[in-house]
Amino acid sequence: MLQELVDVLITTFWMVIGISLIFALFIAISGLVYFVWNFIGNKREQMRGYGSLKTVTFGDESAVTANRVASIAGVVTVFVIWGVATGSALLPFSLPKPFTGTTQFEYTAVNAAGEQGTAQVAVKVFKFGSEDTAAPEVLSEGASGIAINDTVALPERRRKIVRVQSNDEGGKEKGYKITQINGQPIEPGAAVPFPGGKVVMLASGSLQVRPEEGYTMEALYLPPPEQVWTRFLQLNAEGYQGVGLWENVMWSLIRVVLGFFLGCLFGIPLGFAMGLNSWLRGWFDPIVEFMRPVPPLALIPLVIIWFGIGEQGKVSLLFLAALWIMIIGARAGVSGVNISKVHAAYSLGASKRQLLMRVILPNSLPEIFTAARVAMGVCWGTVVAAELVAAEKGAGKMIIAASKFQLTDIVLIGIIIIGVIGFGIDVLMRMAESKLVPWKGRG
Amino acid sequence: MSGLIVDDISMTFELPAGGSVEALKNVSLDIKEGELISVLGPSGCGKTTLLNILAGFLAPTGGEITLNEHPVKGPSSERGMVFQQGALFEWMNVSKNIGFGPQMRGTPQAEIDRRVTELLGIVGLQDFGQKMIYELSGGMQQRVALARCLANDPDVILMDEPLGALDALTREKMQSLVLDIWKKTGKTIILITHSVEEALLLGERLVVMAPRPGRIHKQYRLPFAEIGVGADLRVVKQHKDFGKTRDEILNMIWDMEEEIMGRTETA
Repeated sequence: MLQELVDVLITTFWMVIGISLIFALFIAISGLVYFVWNFIGNKREQMRGYGSLKTVTFGDESAVTANRVASIAGVVTVFVIWGVATGSALLPFSLPKPFTGTTQFEYTAVNAAGEQGTAQVAVKVFKFGSEDTAAPEVLSEGASGIAINDTVALPERRRKIVRVQSNDEGGKEKGYKITQINGQPIEPGAAVPFPGGKVVMLASGSLQVRPEEGYTMEALYLPPPEQVWTRFLQLNAEGYQGVGLWENVMWSLIRVVLGFFLGCLFGIPLGFAMGLNSWLRGWFDPIVEFMRPVPPLALIPLVIIWFGIGEQGKVSLLFLAALWIMIIGARAGVSGVNISKVHAAYSLGASKRQLLMRVILPNSLPEIFTAARVAMGVCWGTVVAAELVAAEKGAGKMIIAASKFQLTDIVLIGIIIIGVIGFGIDVLMRMAESKLVPWKGRG
Repeated sequence: MSGLIVDDISMTFELPAGGSVEALKNVSLDIKEGELISVLGPSGCGKTTLLNILAGFLAPTGGEITLNEHPVKGPSSERGMVFQQGALFEWMNVSKNIGFGPQMRGTPQAEIDRRVTELLGIVGLQDFGQKMIYELSGGMQQRVALARCLANDPDVILMDEPLGALDALTREKMQSLVLDIWKKTGKTIILITHSVEEALLLGERLVVMAPRPGRIHKQYRLPFAEIGVGADLRVVKQHKDFGKTRDEILNMIWDMEEEIMGRTETA
């Protein structure tokens, strides 16, 4: 227990170091781009608008706006880092890539009888996932004495033992020994470089080819952007596992919309009831206050036990995710009504019903919209998580299925689409808000 | 008999920590139809409590209020109220706000439109009917509040420091408007303020209240409201009695405040 805790703390410490380095790099690039941009000279942009006349800007939040040039440069930088780290073909530069292609090395061996020989080993390193995995042709020349030429093929970043002795004269007898690689002496545990990698002699005396691994990331961990794009086009055309890309996304959206709709349908009236009636507030208060902090994700197992993995379970889960948020939003909307407005309405002859429909309902719309935005965000996150656990279709289902086959590019596409749609939902909600409650924040 | 009768009103709040506060004690007022009354007093003298009781938002713990021989039991459109600020409905435009009362009572739309147009003219907002509330300045918003109250044609208009949040210039204009409306409509108006000048200008009758317990301390009959109708209020302030009365009331309130402070300090 204590040891585990210590391990976690040590890991966290190294994470702090790692994250600091990543941030430092990113911010350094940001600073560099900033100076380059200013050096190119866009001073005139700073001279526009009333804000430019402010002398106090540091600390004046209203004087700080998102610099769009910085936003674009930041996103581009992320893509460039992605490309550099993965050795993207789209960029003229990248970290050193792993060696691929054909190369060769020469070895010299001596057998038990003391006879010598020299032969060539043709090496082919093919790209990961390439179709062309056949060994290269054996070189016709360069062999002499007991040794006979060999050939070997292996994928990039991998190592392979080459049994050069297997076809040599006396190679299977005791006393056979490889003495030199490319003219340099070698012994067990030592290594000799050759173009594109090195040859290592293992303790057993066998040779192992180790092509240069480079410093770029393997596609398994992070595929380059162009691979993701190609996969996206393929998914767009063919879908994955028989389900179209957009069909997956639509199913996720449909679940969210239905669950959210149910949450609003029951949550808003319940919230109003809690805001207007002491008995009902007392009745529901403990339930709401207890359920509100329970993350909807914690309900997934229960919902699966109750409803199975079908649509009913997912919609129920999203309903529960949205319900408490909408109740609290509607309740806050009712509590937030200025008592003067209520008094004014009664003094003007409004009945209770009229007060509810004409004053309390519109007055609580801004709060309800805020809650709806939060609820939508939570529902979107919850649906993806629920699909990760069990679903037949959906964005979350797609990425969890792809991850089982280590199709990292599909996982990335799924994540990007989930992010874009989550953002899109929020933008739509904000647009609806400014259209429907233009008085928000201006009362 | 007609008019608003405040008969021996008392209001005692029980404090949650024990004990009680007498916000009002034995307050009686006899307000005739068409009277313009201003109520003045230091903070904590119960003037807002009195207004809330008159409006029917609070039930007094003792005494009774009758309007035109009917006891006041709750809010009603016969007693309109103009609030300090924030009581307009931001989700409606100016015309809808003004027409709210008649609409609630089922008045035909044509009649509402006619009434709204007329009132927009009275309060000087002819071109602002379609504006939203948040597009108006504070002074304009209070004009809308006044018009909204008048749209219901109430017997009594209660004003709870309606001009308190306005700047001096706008305030003066609004004071003239209140006087105009009082004269034109002949409504009973009860105005609460803590500006002594405003109380003098907008009160045929001025009620000074005293705190702890909240009670009526002194009443004045003043000529300034009558003089002020249609006149320049700055001229009214030059009237020989204006300054004298103002100083007298200021001293009175000053003494009350001193007394409260003294009591708090020794407590």
